[in-house]
Amino acid sequence: MEEILNLLQNNARLSVEDIAAMTKKTPAEVEQIISTLEKDGVILKYAAIVNPEKIAETKEKVRAEIEIQVTPEREHGFDALAERIYRFPQVKSLYLMSGGYDLQVVIEGDSLQEVAFFVAQKLSTLNGVKSTKTHFVLKTYKENDVLYVDEKRDRREGVIA
Amino acid sequence: MNTRTDRFSKKIIGTPPSGIRKFFELIQGRDDIISLGVGEPDFSTPWLMREEAYYHLEQGHTSYTSNWGLPELRKEIARYLTRYGMEYDASHEVLITIGVSEAIDAVLRAVLNSGDEIIICEPCYVSYQPLAALCDTTLIHLDTSVNGFYPTAAQIEAAITPRTKAVMLCSPSNPTGRMIPRQELEKIAEVVRKHQLWVLSDEVYCELVYDGNTHCSIGSLPGMKDYTIILNGFSKAFAMTGWRIGFMCCPADLMEQVYKLHQYSTICAPIMSQYAAIEGLKNGWNEVEKMRISYRQRRNLMYKALIEMGLPVTEPEGAFYIFPDIRSTGLTSEEFATRLIEKHQVAVVPGNVFGAGGEGYIRCCYATDIQKIKTALSRIADMLQELRQ
Repeated sequence: MEEILNLLQNNARLSVEDIAAMTKKTPAEVEQIISTLEKDGVILKYAAIVNPEKIAETKEKVRAEIEIQVTPEREHGFDALAERIYRFPQVKSLYLMSGGYDLQVVIEGDSLQEVAFFVAQKLSTLNGVKSTKTHFVLKTYKENDVLYVDEKRDRREGVIA
Repeated sequence: MNTRTDRFSKKIIGTPPSGIRKFFELIQGRDDIISLGVGEPDFSTPWLMREEAYYHLEQGHTSYTSNWGLPELRKEIARYLTRYGMEYDASHEVLITIGVSEAIDAVLRAVLNSGDEIIICEPCYVSYQPLAALCDTTLIHLDTSVNGFYPTAAQIEAAITPRTKAVMLCSPSNPTGRMIPRQELEKIAEVVRKHQLWVLSDEVYCELVYDGNTHCSIGSLPGMKDYTIILNGFSKAFAMTGWRIGFMCCPADLMEQVYKLHQYSTICAPIMSQYAAIEGLKNGWNEVEKMRISYRQRRNLMYKALIEMGLPVTEPEGAFYIFPDIRSTGLTSEEFATRLIEKHQVAVVPGNVFGAGGEGYIRCCYATDIQKIKTALSRIADMLQELRQ
């Protein structure tokens, strides 16, 4: 199960037949395992990882990471406020953090203004938000295990070995 | 007198170039060819090891090391070998070499006298025979294909004469990926002791074994340390081929002899490679395991596909090679490999270049990208189809 998960995490487009061959299972067994993983919510979805810098036609998105300090609510702790934040489609990721602040929000927008507006109008005005600190992303080097640099080429040469 | 016709050593003129070379010349500069030819990992060295080498370069650690190699590395190697039940003294029984290749050359020269015989279990890595031949020895070619590509004690014993000095083993094997089962190794050990031979044990693929197989070194068997030379290195398990680093272990009296050759011919292995190797032995095992799993998956895929296309092969237990039988095509290994490159753009190595028993087989290295493996397999299947029509 873990091996199949690892294979899919690395390449979700591997066919059931290939996974079966690679793990010495039958395609039906692999099918069964994957559908269990999907049903149990272990696999949330399959998506392509895109390098936006390589897309010529679309405008580059602006990403920002926002540190938020909040006043936790009685009974709900951080969760209720977190929910109000993560439901915004602009919010790409949201984490509860230890250390100097509480919530870390990753936001994506079409422009600097749009992101700034969202922070000023939506985030900082929420009840319980004490302060926000916005950091714009200047360049992505690596994300989710993937390097955002040119694909490596097989440099091995013909050698007697 | 010196003449223009006598400029080169007769011995070296008489040494044939590796048969693999011809095939690499065919693929030079051709981007359309998928190579299952080269026997090296498709991973880069784990970053923590590369980073460690950076650090030492920054610190200006660019000198020679002791001829033996860094003491810390030898200690780590001695510690590592206890995993396989072997005890070696890091100060006099472990030598850091320029890959396994240097060690093979040095040991052969240190044990063989002119007129001695050495038993070479074939098919095998292409350097064993020419390096042994350069020592004016008689090569006894043991054909292991009759036994599914590992040598048996009976086979070895039958080849022994009063002049036999040594036997060369490699498990897991390049080019077949087969391992010598422990019970057979025990019998081989008995034969080695009975006839007072040296056994040169190339174990460079010992970390790449699959499906619950475990590597057993002949040197770990009772009473065998005195007869065994362990040849091993970092190239395969740690994906360090370009760093040129390996090691050998043997009894101290033999090491004294080998050490002289090593010292005069190489001084020492590169220092940054030695530091990177220390880091690998200490902290690199998770990375080794990830690579091992990936090779296993690709072996499984390759094995299944070859069987399905009707090329008989025993599932290899280790290394990253598979050695299918292509005799049903009616072609020789070289004809098969040449046609496969020229008409179907896949490079493999014809089995005959690895010595006795290799004819009728091809070596495919599966340390390459999975999509490329799949394309290569479908091209091989296309060629078989074509041949069977």
